[in-house]
Amino acid sequence: MSETIPNPNESPNGFWASKRRNEKMTKIFTTIVLSIGAVTMILPVIWMLSTSFKAPTEVFAVPPIWIPSPLHFENYPKAWTISGMYASEGITFTTYTFNTLLIAVLSCIGVTSSSSIVAFAFARLRFPGRGPLFILCLATMMIPTQVTMIPTFILFKSIGWYDTYLPLIVPAFLGGGAYNIFLMRQFFMSIPYEMDEAAKIDGCTNFGVFWRILLPLCKPALTTVAVFSFVWNWNDFLNPLIYLDTNSKKTLALGLTNFVSLYGQDYHLLMAASLLIVIPLVAMFLIGQRYFIQGIATTGLK
Amino acid sequence: MTSAERKEAISAYVFIAPFLLAIIFMTGGPVLAAFFLSFCKWDILTPIQFVGLENYKEMFFNDPRFWKALYNTAYFTFLSVPVGMVLSIMVAMLMNQKIRGIAVYRTIYYLPSVLGAGVAVAVLWKWIFNADSGLLNYMISLCTGIPMSECPKWLASEFWSKNALVIMSFWGVGGGMIIYLAGLQGIPTALYEAAEIDGANRWQQFWTVTLPGLSPVIFFQLIITIVNSFQIFSQVYVMTDGLGGPADSTLVMVLYIYQKAFKYYQMGYASALAWVLFMVIMLATWLQFRYAKWVYYEGELRK
Repeated sequence: MSETIPNPNESPNGFWASKRRNEKMTKIFTTIVLSIGAVTMILPVIWMLSTSFKAPTEVFAVPPIWIPSPLHFENYPKAWTISGMYASEGITFTTYTFNTLLIAVLSCIGVTSSSSIVAFAFARLRFPGRGPLFILCLATMMIPTQVTMIPTFILFKSIGWYDTYLPLIVPAFLGGGAYNIFLMRQFFMSIPYEMDEAAKIDGCTNFGVFWRILLPLCKPALTTVAVFSFVWNWNDFLNPLIYLDTNSKKTLALGLTNFVSLYGQDYHLLMAASLLIVIPLVAMFLIGQRYFIQGIATTGLK
Repeated sequence: MTSAERKEAISAYVFIAPFLLAIIFMTGGPVLAAFFLSFCKWDILTPIQFVGLENYKEMFFNDPRFWKALYNTAYFTFLSVPVGMVLSIMVAMLMNQKIRGIAVYRTIYYLPSVLGAGVAVAVLWKWIFNADSGLLNYMISLCTGIPMSECPKWLASEFWSKNALVIMSFWGVGGGMIIYLAGLQGIPTALYEAAEIDGANRWQQFWTVTLPGLSPVIFFQLIITIVNSFQIFSQVYVMTDGLGGPADSTLVMVLYIYQKAFKYYQMGYASALAWVLFMVIMLATWLQFRYAKWVYYEGELRK
């Protein structure tokens, strides 16, 4: 970006005119660069969409056929129902979707409720050991899950939770993860303390302050936590891979992986299936983005 | 302690009780158990056997795959983190201007990072990296004129496979961008005005106002992204069918831990690997704190 230093000896009119011209140039430059970037970001998605409507013979054509004709809509139901080697058992992506939804929704409830109440205690209540416990909470963010993965697996297996959804759901109700606690705490801290005091004078209990006063003010942060937890569980691969064994219990991520290993070259079907899996996430993002961009901006940094 | 204070403390402990359970049973206990397991040999079925430092000895002196996995993980991290960081700061700075349709740009850049590390995205990129008819090689040959047959073979090539993972990671720069954007908006405009009065040009303003103002955010992001890229797993698993090929060129640490633990049932050895990964991450984080003098906090006098 070339910018000239404004010359103070120029007449004031010339100075402001050149400054305005410069700003206009910068804006045009910025728009061009951002547009090129935006096309690059979108191109993979268009490629995905285009491939998903192709006939098998068109998939590998070079140069690529961007708009196949006719559009093969039948790829979608086909990809959805064959879903790997378990079609004979009656297992399709519908099964996987139902399983994934169950896990993602329950975890989402667990994470939002439990992280917000723990964060409330750290942000608003005084108790011995609060400082060290909060530092402990932050320290757990540094521990890679792979370290705890093996003993946790052995623990859950020994109490008979292997091949159930419990290892994927129950941990969400236990604090909801250090990062979410941190995020919620930062948000609570930004709300004036007078709110609590007024409510307490009116006879509110601690839980009442949390439930009736602070939580309604926390919608942006709660939405952020909820959306990210849902997306995380929807995408989670390692945990279902370790804990789920029965085919009918598997999740979308596992189902798709299995699909890839069997139909690795049928990219038109793979893209159709992948798109269907991603669509709910895009919808959630578009609905929630107003909230959580604000949520990140106000809490993620302080 | 008055009774009101005691009441407050009691309800606080009730509120954080689930978190304390998690600390004990999901974090602290397992970390110690993994440490103990790393000195043992155990396949879950036969009785556990204490072997001392055997696993670590084997790993450091007798296991080339461990070194390969460590190298691959470090390669991915040290290429994807700095370049990704520069890219996301650049995009954030472009976004931080009053331009028409900025909300649309923001959504377009941010969306891929939300879809994130999912299997569906990995499947898409596997197809993009296809050497003979993939999007990337088609674009390369379109822009440079090199025939597609002479373009890199990406996931099929021992040399290019890791770089393919790095390129894929850049699709997620929007995640960092959103955070830098918030950081940029937190820098007081008065500072820019003061710099302008002092005759600083755009470039000088960037070095003296923007970068110091952004440094706490950069520091935070650096730590988080390094920790995360050391743990790359699902994309690699999906793109290489769980093998980390070709010729172990994409075998990353977590994939190796997974293979040892859940394919070969070497729980002790896998725990030792996990502990080494943990130590590497801790070391990286410690070094960053140690050399964090470049981070500038507003309201703090520099010595």
